[in-house]
Amino acid sequence: MAGAGHGHPLHLAGTSPVHRLPAEVKIVAAFLGVVCVVLTPREAFPVFGGYLVLLAAIWVVAGIPPGWMVRRSVIEAPFVVLAVLLPLTGGGPHVEWLGLQLSEPGLLGAWNIIVKGTLGVLTSLTLAATTSLRDLLLGLQRLHAPALVVTIVTLMLRYVDVIAAEGRRMRLARISRGHDPRFLWQAGATARGVGSLFVRSYERGERVHLAMLSRGWTGAMPRLSETPTTRRDWVAGLAPVAVALGLAVTGWVTA
Amino acid sequence: MGDRVISPDHTALPGSSPPAAAPPSLQVDDLAFAYPDGRQALFGVDLTINRGERVALLGPNGAGKTTLVLHLNGILTAGHGTVTVGGLAVAKQNLREIRRRVGIVFQDPDDQLFMPSVAEDVAFGPANFGVTGEDLRARVDTALATVGMQEHRDRSPLHLSGGQRRRVALATVLACEPEILVLDEPSSNLDPVARRELAEVLLGLDATMLMVTHDLPYALQLCPRGVVLDDGVIVADGPMRELLADAELLRRHRLELPYGFTLS
Repeated sequence: MAGAGHGHPLHLAGTSPVHRLPAEVKIVAAFLGVVCVVLTPREAFPVFGGYLVLLAAIWVVAGIPPGWMVRRSVIEAPFVVLAVLLPLTGGGPHVEWLGLQLSEPGLLGAWNIIVKGTLGVLTSLTLAATTSLRDLLLGLQRLHAPALVVTIVTLMLRYVDVIAAEGRRMRLARISRGHDPRFLWQAGATARGVGSLFVRSYERGERVHLAMLSRGWTGAMPRLSETPTTRRDWVAGLAPVAVALGLAVTGWVTA
Repeated sequence: MGDRVISPDHTALPGSSPPAAAPPSLQVDDLAFAYPDGRQALFGVDLTINRGERVALLGPNGAGKTTLVLHLNGILTAGHGTVTVGGLAVAKQNLREIRRRVGIVFQDPDDQLFMPSVAEDVAFGPANFGVTGEDLRARVDTALATVGMQEHRDRSPLHLSGGQRRRVALATVLACEPEILVLDEPSSNLDPVARRELAEVLLGLDATMLMVTHDLPYALQLCPRGVVLDDGVIVADGPMRELLADAELLRRHRLELPYGFTLS
C-alpha cells in the first residue's frame, strides 16, 4: 500500500472492502453515523444495541478482531468515570440499588454519556483502523478542507519523525556528557534542548519552504491520487449510514 | 580583499563549445547582491555555462556560493546584473518556467523530501509545472529509474538510507526535466559507496550541471571545469585539474586537497 510507514498506532493494515473504500466516503459515513447516534433518544435502549450490531458487522467485513477494538477503546475511560458519578450526585427521584440511593435522571444521564460516547469512540476507531493517515489526508483534500490545513498536515506527517529523531540525537549528546536530570531544578538543560529543537525545526521549515518553492510550489498541494471516487463507493460507504438512520428514526418513533 | 587570478581560457576547453544555435544554459552577468541587513554577498559575478557542461563551484564558507545559487531560480532577486537560463531572463513574470529550468538539489535531502512517499515527492515538481495523468506517471518512472530507486517508490523517505535519499532528491529534480542541474554539496554525509554510486548516476546524466562543493576530489571526478568564488567574485575559472594543481591559488582561497592527495 502506498505510504507504507505511515501507519499510526490505531491503524490495522488490511485489504478488506472497508479498507479500500475512499477515505472521504469513510469520513462522511463516520460523521453521519455519529450524528445518528447522538440524535437517538436515550430511552430507546434496543436501538443502541442495533448500532453495536451494525458496527460489529462492519468489523467482520473489515477483518478487525473485536478484542483489538476493545483494547483501544480504553481511551474513553476518563469519561466513564465522570458518568459513573452522575447517579450518585444527581437530583430528582431516586431508586434503591444494593443499598445505594441512585438518582434516576442521573442514571439516565450516565447511560446517555456512556452509550453514545462508546459508540462514537468505536465509530472513530473503525475509521482509524481502516484508513492510513495518508488516506485520511487525501480524504480531507477531496472534501475540500482548506489547502493550508492539508499542507500543514502533510508536512507534519513527514517531519514529526524527523524532528523526533533530531530530539533523540540531542538527548543522546546531552546524556553522553553526563547529564542525568533527577530533580526538577536540573531540568534546565532539557528545557534549553527543547528550545533549540524548536529553533532548529523552525529553520528546517524555512529550508523546506525554499526547496518547495524551487520546485514550483504555488500554495496548493498537488492531488495525492487521481483515482476517482465512484458513485458505487458512496453507495457502499453510506449503506451503513442508511441503516443507522433507520435505527435513529425507530428510536424516535418508539420512545 | 585578496588578489584575483582569472584564467580566462576555459572557453577553449575541448567539448565545451555549444551547439551553434543553443543559448548557454546559464549566463550570469555582473551579478551583485546585498542582504537586507546591508551585508554585501556578491560583488559582480560573471559566469557562463554552456549546454552539457559540468562545472564545480568552489570556494570557502561565506564566499557567497549559496547566495549565488539562490539567484539562479529567482528565490533571491539580483540587486544589480542579470541571470538568464537557456536564454530566458530570471524575472518575476518568468519565475515558474525559470524554476522548472533550474533544478536545485539541496544539501539536506530531508529538506527536499517532504511528501509521504517517494513517488509522490518525485511527482510534486512536475505536477506543480502542470504535468498530469499518464505523462506525470511516466516522468516519475523515468526519474526513479535514472537514479535506480524504482523499487522504493512507495516507501517513506524516512525509511531510506542517506544515499538513497540523496538519489531520490536528485530524482525529484530530474522529473522536472531541468535545463541546468544545481547540486549543493552532493557528497556531504554520504558513505564511500553511496558517494561512488551517486557519482555514477551523475556521470550517466546527459545534463548541464553546476555543483557547489568543498569536496575537491569529487569535483575533479565529476567536473571538467571549475570556478572559484571568494568574497563575492569569481577569482578563478578553468580546467578543474589545473585549478587543483595550483597550490598557491588554493591556499589563498582557503581550499585544500584532503591529506595524502597531490596533483601535478
